[in-house]
Amino acid sequence: MSDTAGAATQGEHHAHEDHHGPQGLLKYIWSTDHKMIGMQYMFTGMFMAVIGGFMAYVFRMQLAFPGMNVPGFGQVSPGEYNALVTNHGTIMIFWVAMPVLIAAFGNFLIPLMIGADDMVFPRINRLSFQIFFLSAVILLASLFVQGGGFGGAWTAYPPLSAVAEYNQTNLGSSMWLIAVALEFVAFLLGGINFITTLMNSRAPGMKAYDIPLVAWMIVIASILFMLSVGPLIAGAVMLLFDQTLGTGFYDPARGGDPILWQHLFWFFGHPEVYVVLLPAIGVTIEIIATFARKKVFGYKLMLYTTVATGVLSFFVWAHHQFIAGIDPRMANIFTITTLLISVPIAELCFVIIATLYGGSIRLTTPMLWALAFMAEFLIGGVTGIFLGASGADIFFHDTYFVLAHFHYTFFPIAIIGTFAAFTYWFPKMFGKMMNDTLGKIHFWGTVIPFNFIFIPLFILGLGGQHRRIYNYQHFPELAGADMYVLRQIATIALLVMLAFQLVFFFNCIKSWMSGEKAGRNPWKSNTLEWTTESPPPHGNWPVDEMPNVYRGPYEYAHPDREEDYWPQNEPN
Amino acid sequence: MTTQAATHPVEHRPAPQKRPKMIADGVLGMLIFVFTEIMLFAGFISAHAIVRSQVAGEMWPPYGQPRLPVQETAVNTAALLLSGIVLIVAQVAFKKGAVRAKVPLLIATLLGAFFVFSQGTEWTALISEGLTLTSSTYGGFFYTIVGAHALHAIAAIGGLVWAFYELHENRLTSAKLGTVAVFWYFVVLVWPVLYVKVYL
Repeated sequence: MSDTAGAATQGEHHAHEDHHGPQGLLKYIWSTDHKMIGMQYMFTGMFMAVIGGFMAYVFRMQLAFPGMNVPGFGQVSPGEYNALVTNHGTIMIFWVAMPVLIAAFGNFLIPLMIGADDMVFPRINRLSFQIFFLSAVILLASLFVQGGGFGGAWTAYPPLSAVAEYNQTNLGSSMWLIAVALEFVAFLLGGINFITTLMNSRAPGMKAYDIPLVAWMIVIASILFMLSVGPLIAGAVMLLFDQTLGTGFYDPARGGDPILWQHLFWFFGHPEVYVVLLPAIGVTIEIIATFARKKVFGYKLMLYTTVATGVLSFFVWAHHQFIAGIDPRMANIFTITTLLISVPIAELCFVIIATLYGGSIRLTTPMLWALAFMAEFLIGGVTGIFLGASGADIFFHDTYFVLAHFHYTFFPIAIIGTFAAFTYWFPKMFGKMMNDTLGKIHFWGTVIPFNFIFIPLFILGLGGQHRRIYNYQHFPELAGADMYVLRQIATIALLVMLAFQLVFFFNCIKSWMSGEKAGRNPWKSNTLEWTTESPPPHGNWPVDEMPNVYRGPYEYAHPDREEDYWPQNEPN
Repeated sequence: MTTQAATHPVEHRPAPQKRPKMIADGVLGMLIFVFTEIMLFAGFISAHAIVRSQVAGEMWPPYGQPRLPVQETAVNTAALLLSGIVLIVAQVAFKKGAVRAKVPLLIATLLGAFFVFSQGTEWTALISEGLTLTSSTYGGFFYTIVGAHALHAIAAIGGLVWAFYELHENRLTSAKLGTVAVFWYFVVLVWPVLYVKVYL
């Protein structure tokens, strides 16, 4: 079937469907189609990313030019500064990294990649997005209630987060906590769907080792999330009771224990890093195999390594608490486990490098993003070794070194990884090719300023600059001219990076309106999503064309074939 | 050739061919959910254990706070465990013939309702004796943990009632019964752990 015929079929299909179920805009809001829900997650995530980016702009301006009237915001008060920093972190992790990487791409890709017509529980899937949307509304509303948004950092340590006299945001802190808890419920429902769908809905012939790695990675990430989130929900219920009902779970004066929250939070918080990392690595390996035209080096090795990473990630959490007064013997144990977890992560990097070796590499925009992910994430990983060692961490703790370290891990995951996935699957999602020149301008305009933001922050951190200070003029030893220059370099680089994002939005709209038609398989890739029309119709494939699977997903450059790729659904 | 097939709304399409399932969708989804729930209660229980271990002089319950009714709750625990066993009987009977499951399913539901009801009366007695959510961390943990379990029990009883209704309407499948039963087994089996940790 040609593409025009495909488009006609799809138009007719939609026209026919209008007679059933909700009409007009409601059709999009109440859709149970996994692709539509994926898009809803994606656009909500992008909207939240714009808000999170705006927050970063406001507080970076305050740090570089203290007391200035920030254009578009005005004077930043200390309370507002705290609320901005807290909600920037919360939004970027829970409302950008997770919804886009796991929920959006998980929803869009998993049924398409395993040859299913939809998720196993489509209505639970819809409920998941609706709860997520509600949580986003509550979080944004919390910024405008009396007293302002919560300002006790995204980790919300009590007693600061538990006692209204300390944080001064009686309503804001409870709303923040409720929003986070609702967001977890949304991902719980989504995760159940992903795992069940991957296990029960695969196309005939698709064995466990024929599943594309990115689908595995999203599902393993979901399992990690499900196993780690319980204790945090327990802790959040107790914190909410402390805030609203007046219990004393975290109040030492009444027999409670504030460190208890740190354990419950980080038992979730550290696996959470791998929850968002694994999908990004999965995206990277898909893109690298496609554009290196080479079979993934060690599919099973990669899969088992991922499982090992997941298991280890449950035994490292207390490395966030080295200066919280934990027993030094316990600190030793957690130093060892933390350094151990760099072994499987290094293995994943070597698998990707070995896949590149000897390949016939095409530097398209998605490939550039995938390679940048590896390069930048490596810097984040290596600087993590300093922080994982309890001795060094005593010096580095709560300085900008920590901040630069986790931005070197989270930025590649949440931004670079997302752009890699978005540019790679854009033809499938919208049926049009993205403009490659604009894509490359956006790529260099994002990655170069990114390094100019955070390398100065590493240096500032080594200089002893503490993380949570609103105005460094109040601290003479941190207010030296050389430190201000570094802060200003970081802020100006941020402005440059934000400006280049306009190129991305322009490219999206331009390509969507007038881009070249993509066809079914523009990248000549093997996985099942490329065997259907772009964008795929409701139900993904016509009933009598549901795919059968005959081989693994990475059979590129097979010696017995003339073309250099071998789609999973072709018998021979 | 495919136009006709593609114009079917997805709800009316024939189900596509898939690999054979080892376990029904609903049961698998519920099992995954139960693992999350186990971790939730693990979080509560470890928080409780940590706070309890830090109490000076092993004063637990703290001075002036009432003891929990260990014996009455033991009876409740027995009723709940019995309900779980009766539900196993119901599942076995359902395989032999749907109607046979009716009586055991009803008994299991009633035993569960008895458990929730007598826990409720126990709460009102404890509140009148001065044990409240805010009276001490002892009370706080008791009401939070046992309350979380009670919410799960009520939800699961709702599921059992729904299964009974579906059976009455002749729509119950073993997958539906299995989904509800997995959640009820979780509620039943987590309780003895809570009983030992919180009451004893």
